[in-house]
Amino acid sequence: MLQEAALTETKTETYPVTGADLLLRALEKENVEVIFGYPGGAVLPLYDKLYHSKILHVLPRHEQGGIHAAEGYARISGKPGVVIATSGPGATNIVTGLADAMMDSLPLIVFTGQVATGVIGSDAFQEADILGITTPITKYNYQVRSIEDIPRIVKEAFYIASTGRPGPVLIDIPKDIAAGVSDQPEKETEVNLPGYQPTLKPNYLQIRKLTEAVSRSKKPVILAGAGVLHGRASKELKEYAEQQQIPVIHTLLGLGGFPASHPLFIGMAGMHGCYAANMGLTECDLLINIGARFDDRLTGNLQHFAPHAKVAHIDIDPAEIGKNVPTSIPIVADAKEALEQLILQDGKPPAHKEWMETISRWQEEYPYYYDKESVQLKPQKVMEMLHSKTEGDAIVVTDVGQHQMWAAQYYRFNNADRWVTSGGLGTMGFGFPASIGAQLANPEACVLAICGDGGFQMSTQELAIIQELNLPVKIIIFNNMALGMVRQWQEIFYESRFSHSKIPLQPSFVKLAEAYGIKGYVIQSEEEAEEVLDEVLHNREPVLIDFRVDPDENVYPMIAPGKGLHEMAGVKP
Amino acid sequence: MKRIICLTVMNRPGVLNRITNLFSKRNFNIESISVGLSEHEGMSRITCVVHVEDSSASEQITKQLNKQIDVIKVTDITDQSIVARELALIKVQAVPYTRNEIYSLIEPFRASVIDVSKDSMTVQITGESDKVEAFIELIKPYGIKELARTGTTAFPRGTQRTSQQSKSYSIV
Repeated sequence: MLQEAALTETKTETYPVTGADLLLRALEKENVEVIFGYPGGAVLPLYDKLYHSKILHVLPRHEQGGIHAAEGYARISGKPGVVIATSGPGATNIVTGLADAMMDSLPLIVFTGQVATGVIGSDAFQEADILGITTPITKYNYQVRSIEDIPRIVKEAFYIASTGRPGPVLIDIPKDIAAGVSDQPEKETEVNLPGYQPTLKPNYLQIRKLTEAVSRSKKPVILAGAGVLHGRASKELKEYAEQQQIPVIHTLLGLGGFPASHPLFIGMAGMHGCYAANMGLTECDLLINIGARFDDRLTGNLQHFAPHAKVAHIDIDPAEIGKNVPTSIPIVADAKEALEQLILQDGKPPAHKEWMETISRWQEEYPYYYDKESVQLKPQKVMEMLHSKTEGDAIVVTDVGQHQMWAAQYYRFNNADRWVTSGGLGTMGFGFPASIGAQLANPEACVLAICGDGGFQMSTQELAIIQELNLPVKIIIFNNMALGMVRQWQEIFYESRFSHSKIPLQPSFVKLAEAYGIKGYVIQSEEEAEEVLDEVLHNREPVLIDFRVDPDENVYPMIAPGKGLHEMAGVKP
Repeated sequence: MKRIICLTVMNRPGVLNRITNLFSKRNFNIESISVGLSEHEGMSRITCVVHVEDSSASEQITKQLNKQIDVIKVTDITDQSIVARELALIKVQAVPYTRNEIYSLIEPFRASVIDVSKDSMTVQITGESDKVEAFIELIKPYGIKELARTGTTAFPRGTQRTSQQSKSYSIV
């Protein structure tokens, strides 16, 4: 014991230390388990120190893949994903990931190298003004100006990224700062941010107002968004909904916050949401939004959105309340704390028997549907099989497009933290790398990387990580030889002029997987699907499955741009 | 409608960029912005004059500004009792026979002449935006050679009339 203590003492009191040392120590203090990083000139001092570090370093084959993997990690683990990129091109390659994380409120800590302080502004080799570039797409960003600031900045960055409404924080480190030496002992740092104090506790009067509105309501609904997941409030949401008997609708990003098998669950609302959920929002007289931001893909035309409803909105970000939809009961709070307060009120549940019957009728008469008799392999059928064969408990990570919507519609989530998708920014190429981060965050889980043939080709290079770490990710390609959602819009709104949306000339995805030592299958029929899925879903090996699905299948129901939620097209006849 | 928004911000590198960036990102129209040190060390005061369509838009501006980590306080002071001033420097053409005329305009506006040359003079005027505007209109016919305006800077008066409660944006 004594020896150990002496050892640690000498270790922490070894001065001078470099900026890179201070940085790694700060990361260890934050219990960082994994870094997604790509080395380069400006971050060489940092990488030299990483050589001896115990933190797992994952090398993507493109920085964008690295940051999407960090997003997947953050979504599943609830902890900030850590990324390192070098200056200039390394830094600009992570811009899409930052914008994506900003839109979907994912906590990230991104370190970028920068040219030495003396040459900043001189258009030096691999210089880019990454602070200027990323200011609108980060929650906050820093450039380190002195070595001694590193511990404070890293601590603040983790605090900012993971509290309040989470988001990405970027720290730009000039090379001379990382390599520079400090002979001052490291000071204990406190987070001191007078301009950043998120409101977590709800206002009592507003909680009372909402409780009264619920008891008077005849047609209440809860709209639950990703705020429920970020706030770890699934249990409270279920308890509150059951106590008050209020039916629950999810946004795309909120899926899993409320169990899909629960009798009070209506479904997902929005552009490709289910009939009952969209009609529920249109007809309700009280809309309780918990942690959703009334995105345009959810609301459709705002003029027709929830026309009869009194709107209550619980959000940790005050700027979201009243941004798109006028709100009469604003509650700025963390979802969990607000729900706990609402449960404590134990208000009189609404008298809404007729409303519940109406919703059940909508659900029974107008479920999602597809042609089950078709000889072609239907993507919806594949999703249903994936759901049943993983008992609804896999981590489903999707790319963006038709397959994303089918996954949201047909994979019925019963648990939180099983769903990773790019919602706000709609980033193609997100899904496959994000699945790598998700698997690292939950190594035991069965992770399905659901991609289209288009989006997968935006990040195929990350197959190398799967091979390197032997991650048992199941890569599922919904291959319709097209950019399906673009093709669908061209069919519906542009008289079937399929301008550059069909991609019949493709690589053999199976051979591509094999090139990385990963087993691959092509599947054309339900029978083949049955056989292969039974074999591969429950082992601990990575696999790629190329499902040749019906190329002409569209996602329905659908709300055309400019239409209201009640004007769905393609509802079951 | 025109709104005057006062901000207290941390005096950190890039803070002005964060504020102006937010205006362009959120598609808000900014008429003027003035920045300077405040009574607290390490903090600056920013006064923005913005044009918005309705009160919900101005509420959205204040909320978005307030979300910035470096912003300590945001107040829409338009409906308060305030002192608001702007300074303008105007170089106007002035030949000997128009000089006296210009002087006679300057006096009621309590402007002052701070530089004179053979064929021009430079006038400094301070006051509310409307007053500056009116003076510029008046002096235009003589030929303005150069014009520089600081934009409005403002804060609430020491004593507020009780009928006009300060309209802070807070919604909690």
